[in-house]
Amino acid sequence: MQRLAQHKDKKAFAELFAHFAPRVKGFLMKSGADAALAEEVAQDVMATVWLKAHMFDPARASVATWIFTIARNRRIDVLRKEQRPEPEELPWGPEAEPPQDEAIALQQDSARLVRAVKDLPDAQRQLVEQAYFGDLSHSQIAAATGLPLGTIKSRLRLALERLRHVMR
Amino acid sequence: MTQEIQHHLSPQILMAYAAGALPEAFNLIVATHLSLCDQCRAEAESYDALGGAVLEAEPDAVMSEGSFEAVMARIAAGDGPVPKARRAKDRVLPAPLHDYVGGGLADVKWRPLGRGLKQAILPTTDSASARLLYIPAGMAMPRHGHSDIEMTLVLQGAFQDEGGYFARGDIEIADSETEHTPVADSHEDCICLAASNAPLKFRSLLPRLAQPFLKI
Repeated sequence: MQRLAQHKDKKAFAELFAHFAPRVKGFLMKSGADAALAEEVAQDVMATVWLKAHMFDPARASVATWIFTIARNRRIDVLRKEQRPEPEELPWGPEAEPPQDEAIALQQDSARLVRAVKDLPDAQRQLVEQAYFGDLSHSQIAAATGLPLGTIKSRLRLALERLRHVMR
Repeated sequence: MTQEIQHHLSPQILMAYAAGALPEAFNLIVATHLSLCDQCRAEAESYDALGGAVLEAEPDAVMSEGSFEAVMARIAAGDGPVPKARRAKDRVLPAPLHDYVGGGLADVKWRPLGRGLKQAILPTTDSASARLLYIPAGMAMPRHGHSDIEMTLVLQGAFQDEGGYFARGDIEIADSETEHTPVADSHEDCICLAASNAPLKFRSLLPRLAQPFLKI
């Protein structure tokens, strides 16, 4: 991801594409898009990944999380024909270079969360997945409560405090 | 900047926001609250992380032949959304509201509702409605209940009701169980963003008669 952000490295992008484009397409099809539309939107999402690569902040999100948010927003845009209002942006980039250790810790937490999702009993994992395919109910939220989100939350809180500090 | 906020969003709403399951008007009020509240923003982003984990665990679909080349061609053609910087310059309205108002507080197109009360309905899809309310200092809103969910976020001044004291950044979530009489604090005129997916239910006859005309 860093090679992509800093050098617009086409080979790095090809690797990212091979990993994520099929997942994004699968996500969109489970959200109700047919194969042709899902292909179109997945291409769109990956083009956005290239264009916005310099905005990726490894202390705030894993690559999968960042791509998920782009795919989710395009899904709302295309399938529901609605805008998705986003919170005010906090500063990023050279003036707020995230400390390496913060980024590493968040990436480790994210990897642990992926394993925890994969290790959920099938029925519970399906509930969590369905929530993100656009069909949310209380039992789905309950299914997510056992997952290790607490450490990520407190880490993100610290990252935000650091950004607010830079803003002052 | 955000430490004084007392009334926050529930985990349910934050997860629904991250999952992209809310109607536009609720997305708008959540995004506006998150612009003011780092505690809820961190929680919402942790639900984004869960979305990322779900995407990572997703079994692959098969991309079409030549898909990668098509994306590279798109990029070369400059075809794609241009990232825009979104920082608010307005003292009262956070960035997410700017697109809906068409600028800052001075650009809000208020409609008078009488006694100094004003509102501006914001252009969202019909699934739920969002509006800005301007309540003169010290004024009491008519007592009302709700047939479904209403969220109210304070942007300036403060109000008090049965649920507590709400100042800038605080958000009140009312449902069919809630019936309340918000009173604006006397120190300053109160400006709120409200979103609901059903009309309010007023107790007394007069506001009830006026309701279809006021669109509240």
